[in-house]
Parts: sequence; C-alpha cells; structure tokens
Amino acid sequence: MSGKEKNKRSAKTAVSEKRQMAAKLIPVYIMGKRYEVPEGLTIMKAMEYAGYILIRGCGCRGGTCGACGTVYRKPGDYKLQVALACQKTVEPDMYIAQIPFFPANRALYDFSGLTASPEEVFKLYPEMFRCVACNSCTKACPQGIEVMDAISALKQGNITEAAQLSFDCIQCGLCTSRCFGELAQYHMFQLARRIYGARTVPRAKHLAEMVKAVNEGRYERALDELKQAKEDELKKLYQEREVEPMAAGEDWKPTDTRYL
Amino acid sequence: MKTRARNLEEPAVASMEALGFKLDEVPRWNCCGAVYSLADDDLIHQVAPVRNLIRVKKQGKTELVTLCAFCLNTLKRANLLMRQDAEKRNTLNDFVDEGIDYGGEVKVVHLLEVLRDEIGWEALSQKVKLPLQELKVAPYYGCTLLRPREVAIDNVEDPTILGNFLKALGANPVDFPESTRCCGSYQVVSSPHDISEYTRPILSSASGHGAEALVLTCPLCDYNLGRGQKELTKKGSGFKEIPLFYFTQLLALALGRGPAASGSCSGAGSPGMSF
Repeated sequence: MSGKEKNKRSAKTAVSEKRQMAAKLIPVYIMGKRYEVPEGLTIMKAMEYAGYILIRGCGCRGGTCGACGTVYRKPGDYKLQVALACQKTVEPDMYIAQIPFFPANRALYDFSGLTASPEEVFKLYPEMFRCVACNSCTKACPQGIEVMDAISALKQGNITEAAQLSFDCIQCGLCTSRCFGELAQYHMFQLARRIYGARTVPRAKHLAEMVKAVNEGRYERALDELKQAKEDELKKLYQEREVEPMAAGEDWKPTDTRYL
Repeated sequence: MKTRARNLEEPAVASMEALGFKLDEVPRWNCCGAVYSLADDDLIHQVAPVRNLIRVKKQGKTELVTLCAFCLNTLKRANLLMRQDAEKRNTLNDFVDEGIDYGGEVKVVHLLEVLRDEIGWEALSQKVKLPLQELKVAPYYGCTLLRPREVAIDNVEDPTILGNFLKALGANPVDFPESTRCCGSYQVVSSPHDISEYTRPILSSASGHGAEALVLTCPLCDYNLGRGQKELTKKGSGFKEIPLFYFTQLLALALGRGPAASGSCSGAGSPGMSF
C-alpha cells in the first residue's frame, strides 16, 4: 500500500468516525411527528435541528427566563413530565410539546395603593380559594417549587411565606396549565413577591446612601476621566484594574481609594 | 383562622401555653375545604383533608387538634372514610401521592376535647386566675361539633361540654333550646338576605333566657351571628346586640392571658372585647 493510499484510507476512517460520532441519532416526537435528532441536544436545539424556527417559546437559553416550558411523555409511563426546553436533553421516544404561553388572567392593580394586607390579595385573585390541594401544580413545576404549599400560604394570608416559597419561580406557567381549580399561581406569586419586596423586607440603608452619593455626583470625576481616556490608556487601565479577591472580607478595600 | 379569625387562634395558643401545652402548628397545612363533600363519587374534594392527615402522620404525630369546628368536622369525616372504605382509601392514597399510605391512623380532636379529656374541668378550674364572675353565657354549639353523630364530640341531643367549660371558668352557662340550631352556615352565600332570619331565633332565645353573652367555637357562626345581629339592629324592633366570644377568648381571659392575648376584633362578627 502506497503512502498516498494509506493516507486516503485513514482520512476516510476519520470522516466516518466523525460522522458516526455526530450522527448518533435518536427518535423523538415533536407535536406528534417523528424526527431523528442527535443525542445530547437540548429539546430546544433538537426542535431547531428538526427545522423549527423559534420566535416565541425561546428566550435566555439559560434556564432562567421561563419562556420555554415544555411537557413530554415517554412510552410506557403514564406520568406527564415537565422541563424547560433549553435545559433538558432529548431522550429516545420522547413525545414533546412546548407550552410557551398559557392563558392566565393577571389582576390589574395600582401597586402604590396596595398595603401588605392579605385581603387585598384575596380580592385580586379570589379564585385561589378554588384550590383543592390536588398538588398537580407542584408536580408540574420545572423549578421544584412547592407550588401548592405557596398557594396554601397565600390563602392563610402569609404573603411572606408565599413569596419565599416561590422565590425561584420563572413564570413559565406550567403550574397554571395543570390546575384543576383554574388558578393562575404564577401571577399570584409575583404579586406576593412584589408586596414582600416593597412592603415587608426592610429597606437597605446602604443602597439609599449609595444612590444619594451617585446623585450628588461623587463618581462624576472618575467617569469624566474614563470618558476622556484614549483607547490605549483605557485598555491599560482595564488590564491593570484591581480585582476584589474571591475570599475578600467585608472590610476589603482597593489599594487606590481615590474613587471610593 | 389566620386572617379573619385570629381572635380564635391567638388566645388558644396563649391559653394552652398557660396550661403547660404547646400547640404545634402543622407545617405545610392546606385548607381542608371547610365543607365535607357528601357526593359519593366526588373524591377530589377529599384530597385536601386527607393530605393534611397524611402529612401529620408523615411528621410522626398521632393526634391532630383543631380549633375550628368546621375543620374538625371535615377532617374527622375524611378520616372515617379512610378507615372504612378500602377502595376509596386506595384511590386517595394513590392520588395524594405523599409517599406513605394512610388508613385513618391520626386521631382528630377538638381543643374542647383536650380541655375535657386531657386536662379535665376540675384541673382547669384550678388554673383559673380571673374567674368570669358568674357571667351569664349561652353556650352555642352550632352544627359541626355535634353532627353527624359519628364525629360528634359530645352527646348529640344534650351536649354539656361547653356548659362544663364555662362552669370551670367561673361563668354561669345559660341553657337555651337553640344552642344547637344552625346559624345558616354557607346558605348565606347564596341567600345573603336571609342571614338575619337564620340568626334571630338563636340570638333572641339566648337573650330571652337571660344570657349576657354567647360563646362560639366556629368562625362561620361568628360571621353569621355577628352580621345577623347587626342587620337585626338596623331593622329596629327593639333587637339588642349581645356580645359574641370565641371559647378561646374567654379561656385566655380567665387564665389571666387577656385581653391582649384574647385577640383583636378582626372578624365580621367581631366577638366583642370591650372590657
């Protein structure tokens, strides 16, 4: 075998190996239609691979925006599973449907007029009392929130508890899609967190002080200096900037304290 | 209980503390549904009370004390269903899906039963610091403590538990025939104008038998009787309002934990705390 032929063969092997590696395809069903998609893709990427162009139901692609709530079932399992399409990787024979939006009434309110009274929340979302504690909402939450417990807390007038339990809510709406009592849990939780944040948690004094300092122009000089700096100078400043060490204590201060 | 009937709960917690008991609120409890579902094929409305009972069992507790008469009724009846109907028990256990099976093991009692059976009237009366000076109080049971018979906390026809409770606190219980008559319950939702007609016979009879106050166990009775007597007063014809108290408010007062611990008047009926 000539050297040329040898090279040709190994190149061929490499290509087929690469193809094999890339082309480990698995079947999934997107809205009932079968597609073969590469293993290891997220549901969202698999849909795009299959030809979908996502202009809704697709946002941050990082698991935090809540735009890509998805339900799926696997053969032989009666249970409906939930996931975020941008986070969950495809599994063979998954039946997938994205639920990027679920109709849910959001109460209109003038927040400045609301106090932290439970009665106000009851009035805005009276349907919360339709909850029968079936717990389907909790099972439908891709964030692992105890949704039903948070609704119970809200019914008990415990807005703080509801806000804290629902802290990880990304408003995907899957709870609402499964609710027997037709509650819009995620909107209620948003209201609870707003009330909690604005009326219950103590105001941060240092934040107010800092805002005041900014408004009074404490950082104007530093900003002006930066604005006037040439590109090279800026690069140098950036590269030589002092970074706060990971394990810095509360009292850490930079060497150059001119701008504090 | 947590919003409109805090004046039922807060004095209960304070009183039990005075008696050496700590009431531990069930973590993650959900509303029991308030009304027990009578439909034979309506298991979804048994889920809420059953889930509470299962969670109590899961937490390793064997006894559940309720302050509200409606909760007692709903939880106790759901508990009976879990004990008596194997098929429904299995369906509910499967659906509730809390990881353990439940067969009605938790004992559901009302706070009045704890006072009667665990502490005893004699021992309770010895703990009283401020006896109620023979205040004439009509014990009003309403429905849910006594009906149906299977869940009653006392003799259905001739209950004495509230009367004995009042005696232990130094009050004078006033017997009156309407003490177990229904206050209108949730009928007032569909016919709000009938509220005064439901409550008139109860209130008039209590006053007519010389009562200076009425003692209650249920937030719905409080709501109906309170609203009812306000409407009756508005209508005139010489009707005079009578103070309404939760049994826990009188208990806290007598144990020297009131009136601060006896709760604010937040309910629509607003059991009066004017002293």
